[in-house]
Amino acid sequence: MGILTDLRSSISRATSSLFTGGEPKRIGIYGPPNAGKTTLANRIARDWTGDAVGPESHVPHETRRARRKENVEIKRNGKSVTIDVVDTPGVTTKVDYKEFLEHDIEKEDAVRRSREATEGVAEAMHWLREDVDGVIYVLDATEDPFTQVNTMLVGIIESQDLPVLIFANKIDLDEASVQRVSNAFPQHETVPLSALEGDNMDEVYDKIAEYFG
Amino acid sequence: MAEVTTDDGGETPTEGIQIDMISADRMDGLRTMEKIRLILDGVHDDNIVILESGLQPEEESKLIERTMTEINPDGDGFTGIEIESYPGGSGGDNGFLGRLMGNDEPNTLTVIGPADRIETLHKDETLISTLVTRQ
Ligand SMILES: Nc1nc2c(ncn2[C@@H]2O[C@H](COP(=O)(O)OP(=O)(O)OP(=O)(O)O)[C@@H](O)[C@H]2O)c(=O)[nH]1
Ligand SMILES: [Mg+2]
Repeated sequence: MGILTDLRSSISRATSSLFTGGEPKRIGIYGPPNAGKTTLANRIARDWTGDAVGPESHVPHETRRARRKENVEIKRNGKSVTIDVVDTPGVTTKVDYKEFLEHDIEKEDAVRRSREATEGVAEAMHWLREDVDGVIYVLDATEDPFTQVNTMLVGIIESQDLPVLIFANKIDLDEASVQRVSNAFPQHETVPLSALEGDNMDEVYDKIAEYFG
Repeated sequence: MAEVTTDDGGETPTEGIQIDMISADRMDGLRTMEKIRLILDGVHDDNIVILESGLQPEEESKLIERTMTEINPDGDGFTGIEIESYPGGSGGDNGFLGRLMGNDEPNTLTVIGPADRIETLHKDETLISTLVTRQ
């Protein structure tokens, strides 16, 4: 059902942009669970629209539904770019409800969360194939970027010829290594930042304007 | 359906671990969904599936999507898949050089197994070391 509505809206979007010459680009924020995608989406939304996108949490799979913030107007050097920011659930190939139990979540709730998380990831994959115009791929720079999920996701994004920026997040932490991230994806531009502390956001917005404007 | 948390003991013998090696030729003749079914049916039976030639990005995307819809917490205990393939890192020299040389072949050797039975111990460009556990 969701897929059908998505399909219909993407068709109407395609036709309407034929006539109006384009709507805001939809930028999907993708990456593994817990990388800081929602924290980033909230920061962007707060900086330019005043309100947030969704809850952030140290519990993985906090975001279990793609959430959108439309018409985010970013002003850079006298020009302005307008984008729709889509915060997506962290992509994974596995979800075990038992992992939620370690975060003091009751079994019933854990099962429900798992179910929502799997639906959310499936939806995010679908969106990636049909409904985004550009991707910000967020990685936790304190973690090993050479994972199969990252490799597959970046490969999928490349195969769609979508513009992509790699964000090396959490640089406020001592263990963060931006170098390791840029080594993992030398074919793409890596932008270091701390979404939580707001470090290096000027460059973040410059790059967003440059890549997705 | 009753909750089953351990091996079902059904048609698959619990003594050993079945490994299915699927040739590139065999995969070439299949449509995307047929490939995904072949892989996921194997994994659901607790087998390790090895593909001589990996999947295309689009197929990987659908494999992830399909895997997610088949996870049923509280159900048969299926928690998803573990997947590893060569060459490691799309951004590694292999991938980049491969693209420069106009080689858009997907990753070659790919290992896929049930997430709760397979664990990657080590991975680099030349070696994938996995631990497969019996239940
Ligand atoms: N130190 C530090 N922590 C961060 C930063 N960005 C996010 N975090 C923390 O990392 C955790 C996960 O952040 P989220 O924004 O919820 O992560 P997510 O990628 O949206 O996670 P899912 O929705 O579960 O996929 C939270 O505890 C955040 O406070 C950062 O720049 N620095
Ligand atoms: Mg989130």
